[in-house]
Amino acid sequence: MLRNSDRGFGAITIALHWTIAALILGLMLIGFVMRRMEIDPVLQFSLYQWHKSFGFTALGLAILRTGWWLVERSPQPLPSLSAVEHEAARLTHRMLIASSLLVPLSGWAVASASTLDIPSFYFNLVVIPHLPLPKSEAWEAFWAFAHAMLAYVMLVFVAIHTAAALYHHAVRRDAVLRRMLRSEAGAGGADIVAKGK
Amino acid sequence: MIAIRQLPLVILPLALAATAAPAVARAPALADAAGDYRIARSSIIHFNVPQVGGGGGIAGQFTNFSGAFRIDGRNVARSSVEFTLYPDSVRARERRIEEFLRSSAVFDTANFQTVTFRSTRVTQTGPDTATIEGALTARGKTRRERFSVALTDWNRRSISFTIRGNIRRAPYGMDVGTPIYSNVVSFDMNITGVRR
Ligand code: HEM
Ligand code: HEM
Repeated sequence: MLRNSDRGFGAITIALHWTIAALILGLMLIGFVMRRMEIDPVLQFSLYQWHKSFGFTALGLAILRTGWWLVERSPQPLPSLSAVEHEAARLTHRMLIASSLLVPLSGWAVASASTLDIPSFYFNLVVIPHLPLPKSEAWEAFWAFAHAMLAYVMLVFVAIHTAAALYHHAVRRDAVLRRMLRSEAGAGGADIVAKGK
Repeated sequence: MIAIRQLPLVILPLALAATAAPAVARAPALADAAGDYRIARSSIIHFNVPQVGGGGGIAGQFTNFSGAFRIDGRNVARSSVEFTLYPDSVRARERRIEEFLRSSAVFDTANFQTVTFRSTRVTQTGPDTATIEGALTARGKTRRERFSVALTDWNRRSISFTIRGNIRRAPYGMDVGTPIYSNVVSFDMNITGVRR
């Protein structure tokens, strides 16, 4: 099933979720290494360029994913979740959706406001233009700070979100993680729904 | 006639010995221009690395260099030049770019203090132009490169040229940033020699 159902996630949601999750975790790592560690300047320069190319990919997918999330229904919450847990999960998901857009947009702003004016040459294929923002050292510093803050705040939400998923899987042994892994797992979730009823 | 039309131009001394020397007393005759020169500090060594999609690219100058050349009065082809520049003295639009150029990514000035050029052949290509071929050494690698020279000014004590050349940087182990920044660095220099 491509679409979500009341009982579980469809293949489109699942594919977008995990592709974006992998990109974001990779981008956090590249971003941290290129910015905070003493590394060879040649490697550092390439990491910045890879970071921008993968970052734009993440932005494109996050826009698709947000559109999909807005038009597509969400499966019913699993009965193993309390109302508070469900609300916490919904809030976390909103924060993740919002930051998956704001983090790469602010990154694009860094590249655009930088006085270095380094073109974003997407995977060495096409030049993605800079955003029409004022270029100065002060603006570059501002956007770099905003991008870093947003990214690390997002990382906290990702950590909470991941920890919750693993907790449900390993401790509560419910279908929360499973139904985001396979669309058939939605059916498994339905069993629990049935049992719970 | 020819000599008169060329009069307003600055004429390469090297050309004049045989052809136009009698025409104008003011024009530099090869015999007059011949000699040993020291490259003046007022010379300008400018370079530019274009970037993808247009825009400024990376432009800069080197402010510390030294060198000498000799113009051979009998045989232009025997003329020679020796040039050393200190890449540590690179000046660019902003500090971060200068530091990057000095770093191990580009000139690696901690390990290679100089870039040198030693001519191996000078060929006259026109009344006031020539080509210089020679060995360029940067980052410990030596390759044959070619520059084109045009005479711009001359008097009894000094002589000036515009020198241009396109150098591929990858063979010197400086390919960082390609293809965002061109592999080809274009040099545009105004070299003044002061008679020794
Ligand atoms: C979801 C996608 C992205 C994530 C998770 C992410 C994450 C990060 C992180 C963690 C850093 C290090 C911050 C620091 O420690 O100062 C960083 C830096 C940076 N990111 Fe991103 N980034 C993303 C997208 C982008 C995009 C799309 C661009 C540009 C087109 C970009 C450009 C930059 C730049 C230029 C820096 C360095 C800023 C500086 O030098 O201070 N990022 N990013
Ligand atoms: C890498 C570790 C991650 C794990 C283990 C994980 C796990 C999960 C699980 C199990 C769900 C299903 C929750 C439910 O049934 O309601 C889910 C939903 C979700 N995840 Fe993740 N996730 C991870 C990373 C991310 C990242 C980095 C983002 C950021 C964009 C993200 C955004 C979302 C969103 C927005 C939902 C809600 C889906 C919806 O209701 O349509 N996840 N995640």
